[in-house]
Amino acid sequence: MSDRGSAWIQALAAGDVQRVEGSLLVADCRLGDDIARLLCVVEDSTSPYLRARRGEVGVRESLVVAGAVRAAAADGMPVVSVVDVPSQAYGRLEETLGLHLVVAAAVDAYAGARLAGLPVVALIVGSAISGGFLAHGLMAGHVVAFDGPGVEVQVMKRRTAARITRRSVADLERLGYQLAPHSYDVARWATLGHCDRLVAVSDPAAPTATEVAHVREALVTGVGQARRAPRELSSRLDAAAAATARAASIRARARIRDQWF
Amino acid sequence: MTDRFANDGYLGRRSVIELGARARAFALLDEGSASELCGPFDRIESPWLSAQGLVPQSDDGMVVVKGRLAGHACLVVAVEGGFHGGGVGEVGGAKASTALSLAAADSAEGRTTPAVLFLESGGVRLQEGTLGLNAIAEICDALLVLRPRAPVIGVVAGPIGAFGGMGIVAGLCTRLIVTREARIGLNGPEAIEVEAGVQEFDSCDRALVWAVDGGTQRYRTGLADALVSDSIDDVRHSVITAIAAGVPTRHRSEQLDTLHARLDGLVEIDPADLGPRWGTQFGDLPPLDLASVPWPPADGT
Repeated sequence: MSDRGSAWIQALAAGDVQRVEGSLLVADCRLGDDIARLLCVVEDSTSPYLRARRGEVGVRESLVVAGAVRAAAADGMPVVSVVDVPSQAYGRLEETLGLHLVVAAAVDAYAGARLAGLPVVALIVGSAISGGFLAHGLMAGHVVAFDGPGVEVQVMKRRTAARITRRSVADLERLGYQLAPHSYDVARWATLGHCDRLVAVSDPAAPTATEVAHVREALVTGVGQARRAPRELSSRLDAAAAATARAASIRARARIRDQWF
Repeated sequence: MTDRFANDGYLGRRSVIELGARARAFALLDEGSASELCGPFDRIESPWLSAQGLVPQSDDGMVVVKGRLAGHACLVVAVEGGFHGGGVGEVGGAKASTALSLAAADSAEGRTTPAVLFLESGGVRLQEGTLGLNAIAEICDALLVLRPRAPVIGVVAGPIGAFGGMGIVAGLCTRLIVTREARIGLNGPEAIEVEAGVQEFDSCDRALVWAVDGGTQRYRTGLADALVSDSIDDVRHSVITAIAAGVPTRHRSEQLDTLHARLDGLVEIDPADLGPRWGTQFGDLPPLDLASVPWPPADGT
């Protein structure tokens, strides 16, 4: 799961890549005139949290991400989240310990950095699913996604989503072809207005020198755009793609604004 | 026949759990002050449900009401747990985040507008896929813009509770008020059972579910600020008290040091041992003292 995350962080890093608390890779990266902090949650097969050994975002990951984002923000550095997360950690221990609050701490840290004016960019190199993506990536002000094999943005893993909504996996896959919010194709997801840029990468697990240069250029542009863009995420509804994909949201927003007193 | 229990304490209470989202919002706010925004007669429905053979609802299961609470401006966002388990879809999400943004803008201009969120939700409405996931991100963001300017009070009454993205929203609230019927978590019991097996979490074991996620447990372990009975009067008192307590220096989700200290090395624990270990105090967040606001109020509000 996280091979591609670590491949990209190695490819982009200037200097050492550190592994913090077993499952967070941290490195610095030169992006134009900026030194940005790269963060990537990766597998840790020896994690004491058994349900968070395959790259899932659990209590330890959320907390270490929150801390790393706050540290980068304190240094005034742009943050780039390299995203390949299969999900949040599904476990009894995690729920007992209040994973909802620890994920909230990560969401708070990312939003806080962005609202304070720092560029926060997500680079989706693989899976970006559910609460794992909320904790690490989705709160970014600028989202870059690879258009390549094995890249998907989803609300929940297929099998789980099928069971919870009482449908078959085949039904869900059929819906994925019909409706963009269910799509397993990242290019169709990008039509919803949450994605600022798609970068074609032939094999995300094995970056070529040309691709790395291309991605670095996309990140430089992303940091620049994030710096100039409105700080609040509500601006996603103003994206060109949202005008069609989220027309109902735009109507609801207009109605609430008109009736506000 | 007169009901001899009618005004008699708990039996005479007006239940919150038995009320739908709209009734909860109107019951909380001062009588005659409340007005719904983008209500059912605006007829903005989810465009995604009919395409999947599901029936949409004219309020999309999200009720936004503005009014006054104890005489002060207040926004209430109430999730309708009876519609798709309170799942947050595109339209409902936009209603909630827009209202929170407007409350934040008013608060920045001196018209302080706190928000009360009645959370009754399984999280993202899976039928709306990534649009639902993004809706949660936008709600979290608008909440975080409002939170330093005016309190955002979460109320989890039950019976559904606050899970998934709405569990995260609960974690971001300035204060959290729960009943013993409430449940708060990230992954619901059923999702864990599907992902990890029944030996990890038996979703049919109600005692286990409430031992882990229950309102009493969350209060005992300092993850909620007040444990109140299922009564509009008690919820109203606690919400007014929580708003009066104002914006704390550091919210729970900002206290990484407290989270570190609490989680440090804890990789196995019986939920029953967690209350004594953690206690009700969460770091430097001042405890909510319900006695600080006299009740019932002398002026009848």
